[in-house]
Amino acid sequence: MSADQDGANLLEVRGLTKIFGTLTACDHVDLNIAKGEIHALLGENGAGKSTLVKMLFGSLEPNSGEIFWNGQAVRITSPGTAKKLGIGMVFQHFSLFEALTAAENIALSLDDGSPISTIAAKARALSYSYGLPLDPLSLVGDLSVGERQRIEIIRCLLQTPQLIILDEPTSVLTPQEADKLFETLERLRSEGKSILYISHRLEEVKRICDRATVLRHGKVVGHCNPRQETASSLARMMVGNEIQAVVRAPAEDIETAPVLLQIRELTRKPATPFSIPLRNINLEVRAGEVIGIAGVAGNGQGEFFESVSGEVLQQDAGSVRIRGKDAGGLTITGRRLMGAAFVPEERLGHGAAPRMKLSENLLLSRHATDGKMLVGAGGMVKSDAIYTAAQRIIKVMDVRKSAPDPEAAALSGGNLQKFIVGRELDRRPSVLVVNQPTWGVDAGAAAHIRQALIELARSGSAVLVISQDLDELFEISDAITVMHNGELSKPLPIAEATFEKIGLLMGGAEPGHAEHTLETA
Amino acid sequence: MDITVNILLTIATAATPLLIAAIGELVVERSGVLNLGVEGMMIMGAVGGFGAGYLTGSPWIGLLAAIAMGAVFSLLFAVMTLSLATNQVATGLSLTLLGLGLSGMMGTNFVGQPGERLPNLDIPGLTAIPIVGRLLFGQDPIFYISIALTAAVMWFLFKTRTGLTLRSIGDSHASAHALGIHVIRYRYLSVIFGGACAGLAGGHLSLVYTPQWVENMTAGRGWIALALVVFASWRPWRVLAGAYIFGAVWIGQLHAQAFGIPVPSQLLSSLPYLATVVVLVLISRNKRLTMMNTPASLGQPFVPDR
Repeated sequence: MSADQDGANLLEVRGLTKIFGTLTACDHVDLNIAKGEIHALLGENGAGKSTLVKMLFGSLEPNSGEIFWNGQAVRITSPGTAKKLGIGMVFQHFSLFEALTAAENIALSLDDGSPISTIAAKARALSYSYGLPLDPLSLVGDLSVGERQRIEIIRCLLQTPQLIILDEPTSVLTPQEADKLFETLERLRSEGKSILYISHRLEEVKRICDRATVLRHGKVVGHCNPRQETASSLARMMVGNEIQAVVRAPAEDIETAPVLLQIRELTRKPATPFSIPLRNINLEVRAGEVIGIAGVAGNGQGEFFESVSGEVLQQDAGSVRIRGKDAGGLTITGRRLMGAAFVPEERLGHGAAPRMKLSENLLLSRHATDGKMLVGAGGMVKSDAIYTAAQRIIKVMDVRKSAPDPEAAALSGGNLQKFIVGRELDRRPSVLVVNQPTWGVDAGAAAHIRQALIELARSGSAVLVISQDLDELFEISDAITVMHNGELSKPLPIAEATFEKIGLLMGGAEPGHAEHTLETA
Repeated sequence: MDITVNILLTIATAATPLLIAAIGELVVERSGVLNLGVEGMMIMGAVGGFGAGYLTGSPWIGLLAAIAMGAVFSLLFAVMTLSLATNQVATGLSLTLLGLGLSGMMGTNFVGQPGERLPNLDIPGLTAIPIVGRLLFGQDPIFYISIALTAAVMWFLFKTRTGLTLRSIGDSHASAHALGIHVIRYRYLSVIFGGACAGLAGGHLSLVYTPQWVENMTAGRGWIALALVVFASWRPWRVLAGAYIFGAVWIGQLHAQAFGIPVPSQLLSSLPYLATVVVLVLISRNKRLTMMNTPASLGQPFVPDR
């Protein structure tokens, strides 16, 4: 495809390569971005998108390849160089300082010596003119994820860049916040700025992007105009083959099924000044069903998971009940012995000990529940039994690895996640609580994990899934509830749930209010 | 009246080395580096200061030597933890052990020798004013440096752009790096500043407090300075308050022991520690402020991936 639509390329990348050890993260990548276009960079997790933009922003050094800026060959050796050229970046994992105010955060990235109060005034004016209202004096630690992203965008705009790189910007936004972001991007395009938009969400790429470059395993597999493609043709380019669709058989006789996990008036004070209190949460999960908890990150999901899993004990033992018995006073092992299993969000350091082998990680979470099988007389560990069990999970979940029993940290994120989910599924738990089951997992593996969760529920277990990925929740849940600011909305049966309704709840609208807005709209 | 003034003067003398060492370490920790080698850098400053003063006959050269000694010694820590990314806790502890041993060896010939003392300030007319004259205009030069240093650090950290940058590095070095800030350079300068302060504090001991060289003469003051920084939740004026509370109770219990108050001397000796902890914990009750002032990346090595 012709690179220069209007004859002027702002950025040209030729043969950019980055090698980490034995892994070629970017392999001779070519990319052209014209002035005044929104260019999508598509690819699965691990396809090399982040590595590529880190090289464009100077935080990684390429092994080989050339970068041209306005036709001139340039070497971008540090983020400072990138900023001087006119490249701005909005990071996926925010690069903000929690203990500083919004204005201080912005000041840190500007090189002029103007006082904070001047910068605050400028930031406020700019934020209102783009419809992204911002209070410059608020402390970042107190802000929601959406508000933090506004700071990043305003900070980037104040540097008056020619090219703005956005790395997965909508992964932390409600659908309505994302709409607002798209308006801003379209306005920037009309002002002649170029945008490199990184995403794996195909619908939004089709909606706002002029051109797309697709990466797979570090290589460019194609350039296209996303408006002329279908979501599935783009997905094929990204993944390389068809993804098996998740099948959700309708749940039967849910109303009469026993409640296996019950949360009653669960309340928790904030543990640190920046964490979210839980307010009077009630929820029932019955045998045979999957309930999804949606919500923008940082609205209390982590605190909720800790309370349900027993990492934090409850004052009132009755506020968490497993299979009809009070569990609030029990530790995580006690709750596991009642038949529950838990998969936390953070894989390394929480779900698995990074420097221990997979088999040892299996023992760590199951020594109590499967004591007879894994631990012999006198507390001696049965290495063979553990090894066999670990191999069984690896086979069932199709975990790809380089050694028979590698250290957890040696696996890619997606493969480790498959192992951790598999480790809990292998127990056939009657209650399973999962936080972000497929975060950072490639599409094929994600489909595998989702299917396994549905099948566990249909075999008579209660499954509770906390996720930021709305597509995922709509795919697997029988009912969806939304967590906002430490409160949980009433579960909405999947037949009645729409993106719009859930999105409004994620933004903090009252359930009744949400209905009303829809009717009048 | 004279007794009161004398007591106040000894309190200031006891508090000054703690304050200087702690203010230096505060800057280091605000940049996200935990240097547990304060005691070692301090004793190196003490031996260097005494040695240079004794050999040249000038306590002022001794003062400069103490500062230089602390700074150079801290450079060792900086190279290890910042350029080679070693564990900061282990490196800091070994710096202390090394400093205690090395100073003992360097000071063998100084033991029992009379040292040079920095003269107290003496402004004709002003120093002679009853009571306040000696308190305000008649103390040793390092006392004035310590107060000016505290004010300067406070202004630097909270009023200047460079200070903001330093605090941001302590909050998140990864974010700072992503903004194009030279994390390692800032940290080098902070560590060296901290070393110079610890050296100066050591110099105070061997050039003002007790102008002689005794092995292990810092007697754990470096550790107290470290603790002060944490209990003061990384805020300069609280460090000042903590250092003076410690100094006051320390001098107070010495007098109490001398009077023969029927309380076990061990209990009295522990009072300064107890009082300082209690007071600083009480003023740090605001969790939110503590959170805002705690450097979140404290003690974590930073290795930028290239």
